[in-house]
Amino acid sequence: MADRPQHRAALLNDPKVRSIVFQFVLVAVVALLVYVAATNVIEHLQRTHIASGFGFWNNAAGFDISQTLIPYSANASTYGQAFWVGLLNTLLVAGLGIILATILGFLIGIARLSSNWLVARAASGYVETIRNIPLLLQLLFWYNAVLKSLPEMRDSIVWFGGVYLNNRGLTLPAPVPQPGLEPVGIAFVLAIVAAIAFAFWARRRQQHTGKQAPVGIVALALIIALPLLTFAVAGAPLGFDWPKAGRFNIAGGMEVLPEFAALLLGLSIYTAAFIAEVVRAGILAVSKGQVEAAYSLGLKPTPTLRLIVIPQAMRVIIPPLTSQYLNLTKNSSLAVAIGYPDLVQVFTGTVLNQTGQALEVVAITMLVYLTISLVTSAAMNIYNARMALVER
Amino acid sequence: MTMAEGDLAVTELHFVRHEQLPPKPPPAHMRGTLGWMRENLFSSWFNVALTVAIGLLVAWVAVELARFLIIDAAWSGTDRDACREAVQHRPIGACWPFAFERMPYFIYGSYPIPQRWRVDVFFVLLAIGIVWLMAPRAPRKNWGALYFFIVLPIASFILLHGWELIGLPAVDTVLWGGILVTIVVATVGIVVSLPLGILLALGRRSRMPTVKMFSVAFIEFVRGVPLITMLFMASVMLPLFVPEAFEPDKLVRALVGIALFASAYMAEVVRAGLQAVPKGQYEGAMAVGLRYPHMMGLVVLPQALRITIPNIVNTYIGLFKDTTLVYIVGIFDFLHTVEVARIDPKWATPVTSTTGYAVAAIFYLIFCYGMSRYARAMEARLASGRQR
Repeated sequence: MADRPQHRAALLNDPKVRSIVFQFVLVAVVALLVYVAATNVIEHLQRTHIASGFGFWNNAAGFDISQTLIPYSANASTYGQAFWVGLLNTLLVAGLGIILATILGFLIGIARLSSNWLVARAASGYVETIRNIPLLLQLLFWYNAVLKSLPEMRDSIVWFGGVYLNNRGLTLPAPVPQPGLEPVGIAFVLAIVAAIAFAFWARRRQQHTGKQAPVGIVALALIIALPLLTFAVAGAPLGFDWPKAGRFNIAGGMEVLPEFAALLLGLSIYTAAFIAEVVRAGILAVSKGQVEAAYSLGLKPTPTLRLIVIPQAMRVIIPPLTSQYLNLTKNSSLAVAIGYPDLVQVFTGTVLNQTGQALEVVAITMLVYLTISLVTSAAMNIYNARMALVER
Repeated sequence: MTMAEGDLAVTELHFVRHEQLPPKPPPAHMRGTLGWMRENLFSSWFNVALTVAIGLLVAWVAVELARFLIIDAAWSGTDRDACREAVQHRPIGACWPFAFERMPYFIYGSYPIPQRWRVDVFFVLLAIGIVWLMAPRAPRKNWGALYFFIVLPIASFILLHGWELIGLPAVDTVLWGGILVTIVVATVGIVVSLPLGILLALGRRSRMPTVKMFSVAFIEFVRGVPLITMLFMASVMLPLFVPEAFEPDKLVRALVGIALFASAYMAEVVRAGLQAVPKGQYEGAMAVGLRYPHMMGLVVLPQALRITIPNIVNTYIGLFKDTTLVYIVGIFDFLHTVEVARIDPKWATPVTSTTGYAVAAIFYLIFCYGMSRYARAMEARLASGRQR
């Protein structure tokens, strides 16, 4: 008899029962929210007669895009093709930005640890300034205050008679491949293969005999000289489409949009400041004893950095470096503020305004970025797991 | 004689010092400014070249900045003529009269001029809350938290938006602008994201599968997309989700987007703090019979949050910079007012844009750098506490 009320009280306080009840309530609340939102959306769409579904994907786009990496025209192309143009533009600026930001970031990160007081101070000044100014402000500054205040079209700055710089962009001579260029490409590939083979041979020889070979110089010479030689032998089969300045525009050549230049510059400079911090933290994480041990074995500072410090620092550097790369890719969406035709500007901007299908367009855009992020972090997890195995 | 000589020899040998000699100063070329420079700037030929190159670069940047901001700048005037080289017959740097004239617009946006005292009061109330919470020695932190997270938001809303009953005329959010909006967005971001972030972090570490699943899905989703798409979602999709009668105004939509975005990042910061609390603390709390809310509220969270303060501040710096993105969805934050002011024909000169951006850069630099110094000081404080 005495057990029953006790049991009932225990049921109320039983963590398992509570947890089930709590989860049930949570699921119910979320389901209710989704239901309310969905009914509101349906009602809203019916009232405003906005089409739903993804049928718009194959409709004619009817708007122009200033930079297209794949064939695209306002009349003949669809919204789907506009999407791919935007996505490729995003990937282009993100890819180039990652390369530039990595080079600049590593230089500044190492400079911050330099024994040269001035160099270290200048690098930390760079980091502190750039990190603390919003990226959007920097982009607007590069675009509106720097690139847009370049001379007008008719007063273009001209270099070498074929490079025009003005407030509508940079026009370069465009290389035009002539017949006979293929062997140069083949020579380039062969040179890379030869360089890898040489590096492999040099390593084997060093392990067996202890003799070192100048791998870097030989590889560089191979990769540069072999294609150049082939190029000369084949009779320089490369023409250039030189831009010609007309009255109102420049005809021909290869154009770099000021929007693209501003975005690339802004993203690289901003992200480089963060990468510099990541690199600095990674190098500091390598214990001092490693460097001292290397010195006591007679290694000079440069090989010590290359063979001892950097391989160990990379293990610390790579995970946050990846998240900086992801940040750069996501930040490239700020292109919309200066009118560079990236995914957000083309798709979430123009396509959304023309079709009015906010739900579908925003969902697709988010899905794209989400896919990039999740794939990268999955790759990161695999990398981390392999790195962890290397340790004891 | 020989003995005496020997004695003499012994006494003469007795020259060993009893007291230590003071260490000799280092050689002259290693001392003072010159030695320091030799050590830190010119230790090798490579370093000499580096010092000269970087020195020239730094000097060039410094000279250009000084010329633009001070030496060549125009300091007084009433319209664009003050800042035009053709009129002034000299090179012109920054156009400060433009910045001075537009300063009220930069601070208050289009907030009605007779009502601007309300914004000032809001700034003061906010400053009290921030100092209360952030100063390490301020008393009664729990009251401070109550003030900052509950009293301040309500009071600010009444103050800024207006309440006819107590004689404050309503001011539509369309009129809000400038630094006011930047501060409002950043404050709402922190006031919402900290509690929500704590809940999400607890949810992510929860043993209940659905709670964990929802938290992880939300956090990973938000962290995987750019803020700008969150803002687009908030501004174009949110109105579809709610009945037409409750359609939120533009500022509220942007605030929802920012707050949700910041919560996901805050959740990860708090989670790191929760993981840093030793397991014994959890076990100890359970052993003395505390329930989950008490264990978290009284034992774990106070420790976790204390060690997370530097990271919270760093996340907040990111949030503060990210508030500029509301410009893209049409909110008149500080950067947007600068963008509007710089294309005003009254001040149309080649230097107006750069001047506007310089004002904005100085504003963000001061705020963000100040906060990062605070974060670093807190880190040092915490480190010294742990180094016993």
